[in-house]
Amino acid sequence: MATAEASNIKRLQVKRFKPDESPKEHYLNAEKGLWSWLTTVDHKRIGLMYLGSIALFFLIGGILALVLRTELLTPTRSFIEADTYNQIFTLHGAIMIFFFLVPSVPAALGNFILPLQLGAKDVAFPRLNLASFYIYTIGAIFTLIAIFTGGIDTGWTFYTPYSAETSTNVMMMTLGIFILGFSSILTGVNFIVTIHKMRAPGLTWNKLPLNIWALYATSIIQVLATPVLAITVLLLAMERALGIGIFDPALGGDPVLYQHFFWFYSHPAVYIMIVPGFGVISEVISTFSRKTIFGYWAIALSSLAIAFIGFLVWGHHMFTAGQSSLASMVFSFLTFLVGIPTGIKIFNWLATMYKGSIDMKTPMLYAMVFLFLFTIGGFTGIMLGALVVDIHLHDTYYVVAHFHYVMMGGMVMAFLAGIHYWWPKMFGKMYSEFWAKIACGIIFVGFNMTFLPQFIMGAQGMPRRYYNYIDQFQPFHQFSTMGSYVLGVGFLIIAAYLIHSLLRGKEAGSNPWGSRALEWQTSSPAPHHNFEHTPVIINGPYDYHKPMAEFQLGIAHSHNGHHEGEKVDVETTTAQEKA
Amino acid sequence: MNRLTDYMLPPARSTLASETDALFHFINVTSIILLVGITFAILYFAWKYRRKSDDDVTPVITHNNKLEITWSVIPLIMVMIVFGWGFSGYMNLVTPPDDAYEIRVEGASWNWRFFYENGATSVNELNVPVDRPIKLIMSSTDVIHSFYVPDFRVKRDVLPNRYSSIWFEATETGESHIFCTEYCGTQHSNMDGTVNVMSQDEFDIWLEAGNAVDESVPPAERGEALVSQNGCNACHSADGSSGVGPSFAGLWGSERTFQNADPVTADENYIRESILQSNAKVLEGYDPVMPSYQGVINDQQISDIIEYIKTLE
Repeated sequence: MATAEASNIKRLQVKRFKPDESPKEHYLNAEKGLWSWLTTVDHKRIGLMYLGSIALFFLIGGILALVLRTELLTPTRSFIEADTYNQIFTLHGAIMIFFFLVPSVPAALGNFILPLQLGAKDVAFPRLNLASFYIYTIGAIFTLIAIFTGGIDTGWTFYTPYSAETSTNVMMMTLGIFILGFSSILTGVNFIVTIHKMRAPGLTWNKLPLNIWALYATSIIQVLATPVLAITVLLLAMERALGIGIFDPALGGDPVLYQHFFWFYSHPAVYIMIVPGFGVISEVISTFSRKTIFGYWAIALSSLAIAFIGFLVWGHHMFTAGQSSLASMVFSFLTFLVGIPTGIKIFNWLATMYKGSIDMKTPMLYAMVFLFLFTIGGFTGIMLGALVVDIHLHDTYYVVAHFHYVMMGGMVMAFLAGIHYWWPKMFGKMYSEFWAKIACGIIFVGFNMTFLPQFIMGAQGMPRRYYNYIDQFQPFHQFSTMGSYVLGVGFLIIAAYLIHSLLRGKEAGSNPWGSRALEWQTSSPAPHHNFEHTPVIINGPYDYHKPMAEFQLGIAHSHNGHHEGEKVDVETTTAQEKA
Repeated sequence: MNRLTDYMLPPARSTLASETDALFHFINVTSIILLVGITFAILYFAWKYRRKSDDDVTPVITHNNKLEITWSVIPLIMVMIVFGWGFSGYMNLVTPPDDAYEIRVEGASWNWRFFYENGATSVNELNVPVDRPIKLIMSSTDVIHSFYVPDFRVKRDVLPNRYSSIWFEATETGESHIFCTEYCGTQHSNMDGTVNVMSQDEFDIWLEAGNAVDESVPPAERGEALVSQNGCNACHSADGSSGVGPSFAGLWGSERTFQNADPVTADENYIRESILQSNAKVLEGYDPVMPSYQGVINDQQISDIIEYIKTLE
């Protein structure tokens, strides 16, 4: 470089690369055959394999939920035995949380979209990425073995001493979750390194898409919290197999210690599940409002704040368990603090819609459903954080309803928004907008039918995990069950039109939503290595006031700034980057 | 709005229930107002700023410090109010008066046992006097249970390796439900009971009568009543159907084979042992899950239950 500040300013020659609208070659057909999928190190294919796996587990978990709801139609036995019921609610919880929610956005959508949003060819460690998928599979196999060899009836929380004494197959299940945890940790490590080291030229931290910030916060929690779960289930397994007294008072252990260990992971895990959803919602609302996101730093930093404070609130699961009043006070206080950054995000998203140009496409519809349901989940969380009220509501259906409003009304709606948003990028096909909106409406109605009555019966005193219940709750249970069937129909419709889209969908084009985000500036489906060029970023991902051309820049020639004397075909724009 | 939150809660029958209810009500009303506001904003923006043409230009509004501080600080103040309110109510809930009347509670899979000062016991039925603070000192004989009376707004986990306690003061006579709210196995949802709140006089009479034997009733009938009072019939049927435990029908005089002992013929001593050292002999095909009734059922009552089982031959 000839200039004086050559040491820290690198001059890049860039030109505009318009994405190919209907690419002949892309990542889906770059290699062929089953073997090419099983051994792929392409993050997009691994993302799709995760997507298939979590869809399978969501189906299993969903069917189990419908069985539970059907059993609850009558106050006594409807069609299954108490032990079967107990096993099914355990599996529903464990499968939905460990095999669907935790990997849903980070491992499935995140794997697919993260390198694209960074302008990278792949994640930092592609082989590790594939390994983490196989670790997930092995964990899943262990769990399936557990189901077919005696099941498990402890609830997804595996509370001791019950889990130390029950005759069901706790060992196999916890081993499955132990193994699964490593998949989560490795994905987290991979994402952190990728975000730090693989950003495209010009993509500084203040230009990162908010989805990346959310995945970054999530990855930190995954790496720090998951080992604690691994230790906990390992100790539990040691206690069962070797009779070492850690949690079981019969052996000199302490059962409340288990609860501390368990929630030290499992509360942050709630944020592993929901924070990536925040990222998706930020992307969707900005894109479909065609407007700069409001409060970029507020949203980005609140994700990190949630990640850190989220580590310090686990005790709010134990207000009735016998921790000291001082501990309860501190945990209650911190619980309210962690609510604030979440509230801030809601207001920021609303402000983004203000004076936007709002296109009510399916992903946006889901984002709005998310805002509504998640706000209810948040307010009922405030209710549960208030100490004296929580004493009454703890372990009732109120908690069940709250959890489902946050996890299903929040996370699953965000996931559906993400799926509908990135579907054209994944497969280059569009789905039926009409049926997608119908399904969204059915899911919204079915969801509220299922879970609103649960708030009421919970507050009236209906305990959770009950096979039999007293007659006064029957109308609520029946209404809730009807709602769950409606919900089931909604998901069947989604499955139907998505499959139809795969087979006969219209071509989507590279950027059907008119987004400025980087992943839309390459063809759909994406090329094998994401971009045919090295993208160069000069604007933020939500700068809708800048022309589209400025978002499609790439390094003009392959030798990355060297030999700048050479003649190349360059358009007028130049970009500067601080090295 | 008042009626909605009242509808959501069970009747308030303890002195502290109103405090919980007031906070419940406050959070509900505030949340509903905010939720309506947010929902209205979502719908209004979606309609008002709907896309009119593909060339719509939107303003560049990146942030607004004043607005953002406002919507951070106001919710912060509000949750701090909720926090303080909830904490002060909680302190009342965990601080029993010094003169509270104490009752021992034992949770055992799957029933509740209550031990009173004079040696009287009851199972699944807690008798307490009205208008008097009651302190329950609770422990578990096996896994974790949780003692919950919705009408009193009290709940506390019952642990196997330590005592925990709650207190309440009932404000009216009548019956209220007890639930176990910590999952404890097969019959978790049947581990329920009743609080009978009675006048002090009635309570004293009950306490005196306590475990007195009603000689006018034949032993077998007393035994049948005991089987239901003590929750035996939750696991042991009288009609031959197999539950968590073996049925009482056909038990008397039958040959029993065990996982952990030599076979015996079911006689008085076998039944007595099964009640007091419940897992000394575990029948083939069943799990060792029955809690001991040592100290809950006395010798006279055991004899009555044996008489009852004899009738089910």
